[in-house]
Amino acid sequence: MVEKSEKVTEKEVYLNRRRFIQAAVMAGTATASTLLYRRLNPPPAQRVEGDKLQEVAKATTDEAVKEGIAVKDKLTPLDAITNYNNFYEFDTSKSGVAYAAKGFVTRPWAVSVEGLVNKPKVFDLDELLKLRLEQRIYRLRCVEGWSMVIPWVGFPLRTLLDKVEPGSQARYVAFQTLLDPNRMPNQRTGVLDWPYVEGLRLDEAMHPLTIMATGMYDETLPPQDGAPIRLVVPWKYGFKSIKSVVKITLVADEPPTTWNIQAPDEYGFYSNVNPNVPHPRWSQATERRIGEYGRRDTLLFNGYGEQVADLYRGMDLVKYF
Amino acid sequence: MGDVRFAKLVVFVNSLIPLVLLLWDLYRKRVGPNPLEFATRTTGMLTLIFLSLTVAVTPLRKIFGINSLVKVRRMLGLFAFFYGTLHLLTYIWFDRLFNLFSVGQDVVRRPFILAGMTAFILMVPLAITSTNKMVKRLGGKSWATLHRLVYLAAIAGVVHFWMLVKADVRLPLTFAFIVVFLLGYRLLAKYTPAQQPNANLFPRD
Repeated sequence: MVEKSEKVTEKEVYLNRRRFIQAAVMAGTATASTLLYRRLNPPPAQRVEGDKLQEVAKATTDEAVKEGIAVKDKLTPLDAITNYNNFYEFDTSKSGVAYAAKGFVTRPWAVSVEGLVNKPKVFDLDELLKLRLEQRIYRLRCVEGWSMVIPWVGFPLRTLLDKVEPGSQARYVAFQTLLDPNRMPNQRTGVLDWPYVEGLRLDEAMHPLTIMATGMYDETLPPQDGAPIRLVVPWKYGFKSIKSVVKITLVADEPPTTWNIQAPDEYGFYSNVNPNVPHPRWSQATERRIGEYGRRDTLLFNGYGEQVADLYRGMDLVKYF
Repeated sequence: MGDVRFAKLVVFVNSLIPLVLLLWDLYRKRVGPNPLEFATRTTGMLTLIFLSLTVAVTPLRKIFGINSLVKVRRMLGLFAFFYGTLHLLTYIWFDRLFNLFSVGQDVVRRPFILAGMTAFILMVPLAITSTNKMVKRLGGKSWATLHRLVYLAAIAGVVHFWMLVKADVRLPLTFAFIVVFLLGYRLLAKYTPAQQPNANLFPRD
């Protein structure tokens, strides 16, 4: 039972108590707001430590630049390349991938090359790492309108395809990313159709600039950048360069590709970098080079026109975007 | 009343906390490889949050009967405008380098920029007419009518967010749900007879 006190609280005591409560309310809400803001913030940047890749052939001569295997642009720092990733298998936020992909197990790993080939084969990763590895300094242009310059390490896809001898019916190459929701947790969501699949025309796949990358900056690939092995096609938007590849299939017809399934009118099979063909929702005329202020002009075929324009001679690049 | 002044102070301090933390993080370079995108995204998100909070005041008052919430509504609205202005400024400054012609081109070319710009422009008259003097000058009724523009601003803001996302629409969807709920509540309240509260909850006999 509550007894009603006859005594009126003294004014001073009342005011003191009031001030105390006010201070507590202010401190409490401010702490809550701070924590909420921090929670909504991306996790802190992750540092990566890959294994050193031995004997990487390097060419940065004018000749190499002319062939497109190197560019003179300033390299994007490793720290930026490894903390700003689109890799929806791990996280849909670019700054969240590095954290979510930490500890991704890439051994053992094998790449099966099959389909319309004379000698289908499952390649162990170690076998692929023994191929002649070379550095390729490529521009990477994301369909979202940003770009980087990355010193990849890898080998031409052609080297691999030659080993399995594509049959005469083979006209396209289909690629597939690992499907394993235990190791790629965001595959439990329906953000995209899993597994991630991509494709190239056979002549695109055989082009000397098309590589399978196993590293960058002379080290093995970190998980967030597509470990242990990924495709790199420098004249196409970044999403074409499929990561963590486990299967390569030679086929007769144009294979389905993930982003095209997701939004057919926004992402075409070819997806060549083209400043003149806008994305339905934004222009592709300019890009922000990570680390730079303002924007720079986007180049047709990402600046690799001299090397690859012949592949598309006579083709309507607006229709086949 | 001291309580109202204190409540306003609490809202004011809490509303500024995100800005302080954002500036602190930018200063310490703790915002990732694309600080400009980070600042733009964060201020944009804050604009949507404050727009939602502003529009939430009336339903919260009615549902929970906390009428005094109306006392902080103006401040919430002004913070939405404040963060919206910062958001627009980061875009005009770092994305367009103050090239207003290029901004104009961008508005025409990119539908999601148009949606965002619409949301901002709708907020301008609301910020201008937010003072007590303006309420008197316009008259309560027409002032209230004018300030319904905030509904359109909130919708345009969500559309703007939705259109720039590639595949993961969970976050824009969340904002869409919130705004639809808050605006839908008003529609329902308007078209359901209010004379007998809870009259339909218990069928007679």
